[in-house]
Amino acid sequence: MLSQRRLERRPRARSLFDRPIVLRAVVDSFKKLDPRWQWRNPVMFVVEIGAAATSLFFVRDLANHSGNAGFGFAIAAWLWFTVLFANFAEAVAEGRGKAQADALRRTKSETTARLLHDDGTEERVPSTSLRKGDRFVVDAGELIGTDGDVIEGAATVDESAITGESAPVIREAGGDRSAVTGGTRVLSDRIVVSVTASPGESFLDRMIRLVEGAQRQKTPNEIALSILLAGLTIIFLIAVATLAPFSLYAGAHQSVTVLIALLVCLIPTTIGGLLSAIGIAGMDRVMQRNVLAMSGRAVEAAGDVDTLLLDKTGTITLGNRQAVEIITAQGSDPKEVARVAYLSSLSDATPEGRSIVALAQRQGVGDEEAPQGSAFVPFSAYTRMSGLDLVGGEKIRKGAPDSVIAWVRERGGDPSTEFASQVDRIARSGGTPLLLAQDDAVLGVIYLKDILKPNMRGRFDRLRAMGIRTVMITGDNPLTAATIAKESGVDDFLAEATPETKMDLIKREQMSGRLVAMTGDGTNDAPALAQADVGIAMNSGTQAAKEAGNMVDLDSDPSKLIEVVEIGKQLLMTRGALTTFSIANDVAKYFAILPAMFATAYPAMEILNVMHLTTPQSAILSAVIFNALVIIALVPLALRGVKYEPKGANSVLLGNVLLYGVGGIIIPFVGIKLIDMILAALHLT
Amino acid sequence: MTFAGWLQAIVFFLIILAITKPLGTYMAKVFGGERTFLAPVVRPLERLIYRLCGVREDEEMTWHAYALSMLAFSAISFFYLYVLLRTQKWLPLNPQHFDNMSPDLAWNTAISFTTNTNWQFYSGESAMSYLSQMAGLAWHNFVSAAVGIAIAVAVVRGVVRTSVKTLGNFWVDLTRCSLYILLPISIVVGLYLVSSGVPQNFHAYQTVVSPEGFRQTITGGPMASQEVIKELGTNGGGFVNANSASPNENPSPLSNLVEMLLIFSLGAGLTYMYGKMVKDTRQGWAIFTAMAILFFAGFAVAYQAEAAGNPIVHAMGVSGGNMEGKECRFGVSASALFATVTTDTSCGAVNSMLDSFMPLGGLVPLVDMQLGETVFGGAGSGLYGMIVFVVLTVFIAGLMVGRTPEYLGKKIEHREVQFAILAALVTPVLCLVPTAVAAIVPAGLATLNNGGPHGFSEILYAFTSTNANNGSAFAGLGPNLFYNVLTGTNMMFGRFAVAIPALALAGALAGKKSVAESAGTFTTYSPIFVALLIGVIVIVGALTFLPADALGPIVEHLLVLQGKTF
Repeated sequence: MLSQRRLERRPRARSLFDRPIVLRAVVDSFKKLDPRWQWRNPVMFVVEIGAAATSLFFVRDLANHSGNAGFGFAIAAWLWFTVLFANFAEAVAEGRGKAQADALRRTKSETTARLLHDDGTEERVPSTSLRKGDRFVVDAGELIGTDGDVIEGAATVDESAITGESAPVIREAGGDRSAVTGGTRVLSDRIVVSVTASPGESFLDRMIRLVEGAQRQKTPNEIALSILLAGLTIIFLIAVATLAPFSLYAGAHQSVTVLIALLVCLIPTTIGGLLSAIGIAGMDRVMQRNVLAMSGRAVEAAGDVDTLLLDKTGTITLGNRQAVEIITAQGSDPKEVARVAYLSSLSDATPEGRSIVALAQRQGVGDEEAPQGSAFVPFSAYTRMSGLDLVGGEKIRKGAPDSVIAWVRERGGDPSTEFASQVDRIARSGGTPLLLAQDDAVLGVIYLKDILKPNMRGRFDRLRAMGIRTVMITGDNPLTAATIAKESGVDDFLAEATPETKMDLIKREQMSGRLVAMTGDGTNDAPALAQADVGIAMNSGTQAAKEAGNMVDLDSDPSKLIEVVEIGKQLLMTRGALTTFSIANDVAKYFAILPAMFATAYPAMEILNVMHLTTPQSAILSAVIFNALVIIALVPLALRGVKYEPKGANSVLLGNVLLYGVGGIIIPFVGIKLIDMILAALHLT
Repeated sequence: MTFAGWLQAIVFFLIILAITKPLGTYMAKVFGGERTFLAPVVRPLERLIYRLCGVREDEEMTWHAYALSMLAFSAISFFYLYVLLRTQKWLPLNPQHFDNMSPDLAWNTAISFTTNTNWQFYSGESAMSYLSQMAGLAWHNFVSAAVGIAIAVAVVRGVVRTSVKTLGNFWVDLTRCSLYILLPISIVVGLYLVSSGVPQNFHAYQTVVSPEGFRQTITGGPMASQEVIKELGTNGGGFVNANSASPNENPSPLSNLVEMLLIFSLGAGLTYMYGKMVKDTRQGWAIFTAMAILFFAGFAVAYQAEAAGNPIVHAMGVSGGNMEGKECRFGVSASALFATVTTDTSCGAVNSMLDSFMPLGGLVPLVDMQLGETVFGGAGSGLYGMIVFVVLTVFIAGLMVGRTPEYLGKKIEHREVQFAILAALVTPVLCLVPTAVAAIVPAGLATLNNGGPHGFSEILYAFTSTNANNGSAFAGLGPNLFYNVLTGTNMMFGRFAVAIPALALAGALAGKKSVAESAGTFTTYSPIFVALLIGVIVIVGALTFLPADALGPIVEHLLVLQGKTF
């Protein structure tokens, strides 16, 4: 629950219905009555026109002192409420993002940057004047002016303004941790940064625009659904418009107010009013998990994902593998081997390295310093080894077995095969074997054990039930990978993965018609992130990776991918459920309004008044009120999403059809009857 | 209702069920370009036609080209019939010396037969020469059915094909459908009809003196050959005005059964062909099941209403079902069944007078057509109409399972929804808007025989029937310029304004990549999907037409219960 804890610290971690958000939303609901805003939502635009028209008829009736002004007023008022409720839903959905954007803007207060000229002189300039390729200097305590890559030095940086995580992170030149973000603060040391973002295009700028929804465009699915809703609106418009002449034929003149009331009840106002709120809230839910989605399209695509590529480390296993055993050759001194292992890892700050030091100490190695003048050789993805070069020319290495064996051979050694069975055994049991070598001899094997994250099997089972295949990506050899894959319950694995094999896997999956999601952080992940349908870049990663992905996880937690997929699915399900509910509602509304309209011309129709509504007027008014109230009642559902259970598609479909389809037919009968009873009790009809 | 009455419907349905698979398999072969057992006879003829017309058999068409070819063919065949009707007086095979048709009636009739509607504002036995019947109307019965089936096949290809732009060749589909499917069945069943007593001659009408001593005119003509394709091609235009109620067109209960089987056969076969072509016959059976359920629901209501009879008549001491306007040879059950069958499809042939049905009995044909005639449906148009509904259902259902909706591996996105909803819009617009106009303008009310809700039903029925390309009539509505023009226009749009978006939908689908299926994809042949499909068809239909139907048959039914008639 790491991310949960972080959320609590964040200024933006507000409840959906915080007082200030709701108050602001109420004001915004009125602002959104502006037709220039409304027309983008055809369903609600029709309601607004209806509300305006009924208001005019009410004024006319009032002026003429004709009988039905009270009824006309009630209808007009409730139609306005219908529009306002829909506006309110959207405004509340936007509220949290807006509050967050305000907080971010405060961070973005004008800063100065120390621009570094080619001749080495510094100049203080406003950070907004920095251009791509400029270099600037940041010292401890200063804010970083804009996004860039560290090209000189290393520093600890407080990124809490962006990520909410208060623990400082290390940013250094070269490698995968070189990216710094504008608006974050250097805590120690001095770095030189090369600018990678033009003004107004920085991560912070984009983040503000995203959380605010200023750049929000309709997603493909939203467009498709809007077309369906517009089509239904046209159909009902025709059904109601033609009802006027039909009624004339039947000798039952209908007032325009009643026809508009019927129209508004029939067109899909429930989903029409909540559609944009559902989309915004979906983005917001992703945001609440500290993932920044670059577009709503990305969140939607997440719901369609068929294949998840999950990095083993950090997603399936805890990031740090622990050394549990040092296996030595027959006849060699275990303590001496442990000492070499200790030396090799002394300057190795990785969790694995530290665990080797700790293990060696448990085995009796003293608190020894590295010999004077020795040089630490850090691990790199190419050598796949790390170690120590001693002053005397002796070299110690530990690393992946094949790399170490090759290294020993190079130095004239003939690595015995005696460790082969040990390496195999460790790999087979899911551990990581490291060979330890000094010059031309292999001394022993260090057994690093992967610690599986708890409850992963259950999660993969759930994903499988949803029809999503999980593929574990690991640099481990196939044996190790197979064991961990089996233990964790993942469907498949890609061992000894390189950026190229990862890319190939993605393309292969896509060729067979599957959508692929992945996480990545390194620069060499960037092409794969761009190729994947959903690519989540870790915020700790490089600028290139962050540019390539369509989401950025500010917590840099690869297991978020699973949650994002669930949010995407929930988003679509919420739309589908409310569409079904909205259409199913129409049945009851017909039974309320039609008999009421023709009560005078055809008294026989009273038999269709199955709800036994008090009077024709109260029947129509009750239906209109129900129609408005149902929007406000469903706002929490729209914002939080429908209840989501990972199950197979057919059982999800059955459940939702029963709940929102059949329920959608029954509920309005009850609701309209109740409203009618209240109206009757209050003598309002 | 009686057991025997239900038995008729059940036996009828079981026979349909039995022929669905063999017929569908055969049709899949024909449209897949495979060799069939008829090839030795038909293939040379087929090639001759291609050579004469300059058709390149292997040429593929985009949806635009397909639609344009279809429109061009329809336009030319329309003008051909119009000219024939306007000149029949001077042409041969006119033993009764019928005059040329008036321009507006000829226009209405030519559109009617081009669009597979066969709405008849004329009486065949008193207006049509044998040449017009045979070379005009019967010929149209063949080709308009073939056009419908060709469109359906193209739409199915759109569902099947991936990442291509083409849907097949219209001319080839048209030719193969006529030569391999319509003609052979018509020849065989036509011979049966002749043997059962349907006339097939060029005689002038015979005047005979009956045993009771009054003079009677017996119509003749090439009737059997037109009768068979009238049903098989779901055309429905009778040789004579009384249509299949006339003993000449429909002599016996057995011929009645055969005619009903002809009406449903191709629609049912197409569902299996669909399953074959998409390589999953369960998909075809799912559609078949949805159709079968809607069929039985319609029949049950109609049969119940007719069997229960008229309470006003009962009050006079006459018990039993409603026999008014029905042939004694067929009775209540076979009449209700025929009415359901003929309006489930776009046939519109009748063996009883729908105008005389009880209000709820008459509601069934009306609703059947309002649902877009998707229950086995018109020749071809039933299947492509159904596919439009399937796309809409998949879209709504797909969202509910949390994925971008997909059907048979194709993602349903905004273009597909756009074309589907466009096709679905046509029926409500074209049924309701002209009805609204006719219900208030004097020209619309001038030729109306009945008042009140029943009169309203007659207007609504006329526009529903023409729009749905059904052609059956509630009668009670006389032709005039207003109705000739309005129903003609309505038939034209009812046909092409659905077919073109359906082809566009197919074009969009054909261009799509196929996506992989997983446990996250809901199956489109499960009972729940079938139920949902029925729900969407009924709700989209019912919700749109409920106000209109309520003011017609429904309120009339309620008033009949109170003893009022119109």
